[in-house]
Amino acid sequence: MSDSTLRSATISVLVENESGVLARVIGLFSGRGYNIDNLTVAPVERDGSKSRITVVTRGTAMVIEQIKAQLDRLVPVYKVLDLSEGPHLARELALIKVLGTGEKRAEALRLADAFRARVIDATTESFTFELTGATDKLDAFLELMRPLGLAEVSRTGVAAIARGVKTIT
Amino acid sequence: MDSTIAASELMNSGAEAVLRALKAQGVDVIFGYPGGAVLPLYDALFKQNEIRHILVRHEQAAVHAAEGYARSTGKVGVVLVTSGPGATNAVTGLVDALMDSIPLVCLSGQVPTHLIGNDAFQEADTTGITRPATKHNYLVKKSEDLVRVMHEAFLVARTGRPGPVLIDLPKDILIAPAPYREPSNAPHRSYRPRTEPDPRRIEEAVAMLKRAERPVIYAGGGVINAGPEASRLLVEFTRLTGFPITNTLMGLGAYPASDPLFVGMLGMHGTYEANLAMHGCDVMLNIGARFDDRVTGRLNAFSPNSKKIHADIDPASINKSVMVDVAIVGDALATLKALIAAWKQDTAQPNRTALTKWWGQIDAWRAKDSLRFTQNRDPGSIIKPQYAIEQLYKATRGRETFITTEVGQHQMWAAQYFRFEKPNRWMTSGGLGTMGYGLPAAMGAQVAHPDALVIDIAGEASILMNIQEMGTLAQYRLPVKIFILNNQYMGMVRQWQELLHGSRYSSSYSEALPDFVKLAESFHAVGLRAEKVDDLDKVIAEMLAVDRPVIADICVDQKENVFPMIPSGAAHNEMLLGPEHKGTSGPAVTNEGMALV
Repeated sequence: MSDSTLRSATISVLVENESGVLARVIGLFSGRGYNIDNLTVAPVERDGSKSRITVVTRGTAMVIEQIKAQLDRLVPVYKVLDLSEGPHLARELALIKVLGTGEKRAEALRLADAFRARVIDATTESFTFELTGATDKLDAFLELMRPLGLAEVSRTGVAAIARGVKTIT
Repeated sequence: MDSTIAASELMNSGAEAVLRALKAQGVDVIFGYPGGAVLPLYDALFKQNEIRHILVRHEQAAVHAAEGYARSTGKVGVVLVTSGPGATNAVTGLVDALMDSIPLVCLSGQVPTHLIGNDAFQEADTTGITRPATKHNYLVKKSEDLVRVMHEAFLVARTGRPGPVLIDLPKDILIAPAPYREPSNAPHRSYRPRTEPDPRRIEEAVAMLKRAERPVIYAGGGVINAGPEASRLLVEFTRLTGFPITNTLMGLGAYPASDPLFVGMLGMHGTYEANLAMHGCDVMLNIGARFDDRVTGRLNAFSPNSKKIHADIDPASINKSVMVDVAIVGDALATLKALIAAWKQDTAQPNRTALTKWWGQIDAWRAKDSLRFTQNRDPGSIIKPQYAIEQLYKATRGRETFITTEVGQHQMWAAQYFRFEKPNRWMTSGGLGTMGYGLPAAMGAQVAHPDALVIDIAGEASILMNIQEMGTLAQYRLPVKIFILNNQYMGMVRQWQELLHGSRYSSSYSEALPDFVKLAESFHAVGLRAEKVDDLDKVIAEMLAVDRPVIADICVDQKENVFPMIPSGAAHNEMLLGPEHKGTSGPAVTNEGMALV
């Protein structure tokens, strides 16, 4: 009865920064069977009164519309913005620890340079890289590091914002 | 912030501030049960006379009673329970109110703030547990937030799509002095539900309706929630158009059942004409209903050839399960006003020739008389449950009557055979389907309308789920009538087992039932029993004549099933008719259908 193709959506939600608000948002997703592929949250107002939650989710067009409507009716939600409806920027930051010596270690450093990853910590047996970029760029870099001694990853999740003059408020 | 504190007045205790806020919100009665964490509130209640407290016998009943109060008055129902088990017992009622959009404020006690998280005695994570059970909930951790939260809770409960709101109140917050200020009219920071419909959508809808050849109006509980004026406008608009109208289970009473334009309830146990009109229509106007699965049947076969207009106050209810062509977000009252104005302004004439033909088709469906049943009137004959409801309806006509139900076959027979002319007279657990709803809901309706006739149409299984409330009826002299259709089975379970599970009646027989007459008497009520058809009218008359609580135990045909029925996974035009309509066999239930509830 409706299009069953799945699409990915990056949704930003501006919320009152109050106790339990993240649980409300996450509980909505788990309770209604929606997917969360990626999630970030942090206060964005100077006085700490509002937080911005960015969720990357997947679903049919009908489900994505439902997710937005369900989020919008939560009492502490100010604004819901589907960034994937228009041009937008999405970036993630990862801290990546690679262990190794010899040629593999040198190769890791060369690739890091090609990806513009910064070395933020080094020992004779390890590098810790800091890499910022779109999710697929991070994924690609991690794939390359895997045979070179990838030991640990910490990712922030996606922060996203609309291109141009458009704002969430 | 500073200016509001300056404008506030310090109350001696948080409990007093809570009561003052309740009074400012127009609350005159609350339903509750005391316990350690809420003792300060009970102490404050003791010292005043403006707010009446009704002591229930179980917290679930407090919530259903508040629902009955709310649904029969249009006001916000208020509940007071203690921490831990008090709050967890209330959860079923809260979800019930959430599913059926009933405005409630539930105050729950909590252990003192310094003990939260310590697994203290009678501690539960009430806001965590009730987050998906409420429209919104609060834990008050600072005295200066207390009164703001109280006022905000009422705003959230009654506006937009109404629903239950819970406020968790730690005991130290109830004891410490707290600032009080009056409710303000300032808009909420983030919560601003839309109530006024978009005029462009209204014009589109009216243009579509004017061109309709086979229209149908499908109105639900949202019209009732919008107040009696919305029901009046629904009648005005429907008569203006001359279109057929059907109501959902929650919407019964929004349109008078005796009106010729009314084609009865729709859905799983709706009338033949209502369901076939939905299936065959070319334009559907849904006002305040949510395309519930009990209404749509199999989604991919639901009203396949219609343009659909959906007016709802909750944007999340639109395009949730059924894609519509025109979406109108707004309050049912404002939407109906706008529709009437736009209908009058639009100069196009409806297609009366097509409409006459459509009505001819509907009348042919009506002639099938899908609710027909046969009652043998010979003395000593067994009572048909449908007949019991019909006779009850006839005996109560002309009296101010409120009907509540439990959940199951008796609920569907009540919906089919009791006819509602006005809104707010019918209270049933539609979305959650909570057995045990009817008696406490009737209690709440009777508290709100002490002189009216309040009847809980019950089944012998459901009534036992909150039977302890007989004590509340006795204590407050609430003359609620409990009309039990006793077939000694969980009838709807038995019906599904008969139709879908090879008549294997697994755990659906009501074994070891109490003697309901003696049970009534032990609770200081009147007990009556009708065993044969010749007892029925006498028992009904006696029940209605008594100004005390009554249990009327009506022994009915054990084998009777609710028809018509759209089996699980079937479409509206695949309806099963009852044994009165031999030769009209429906489809076999598919495996997919078996998995549905």
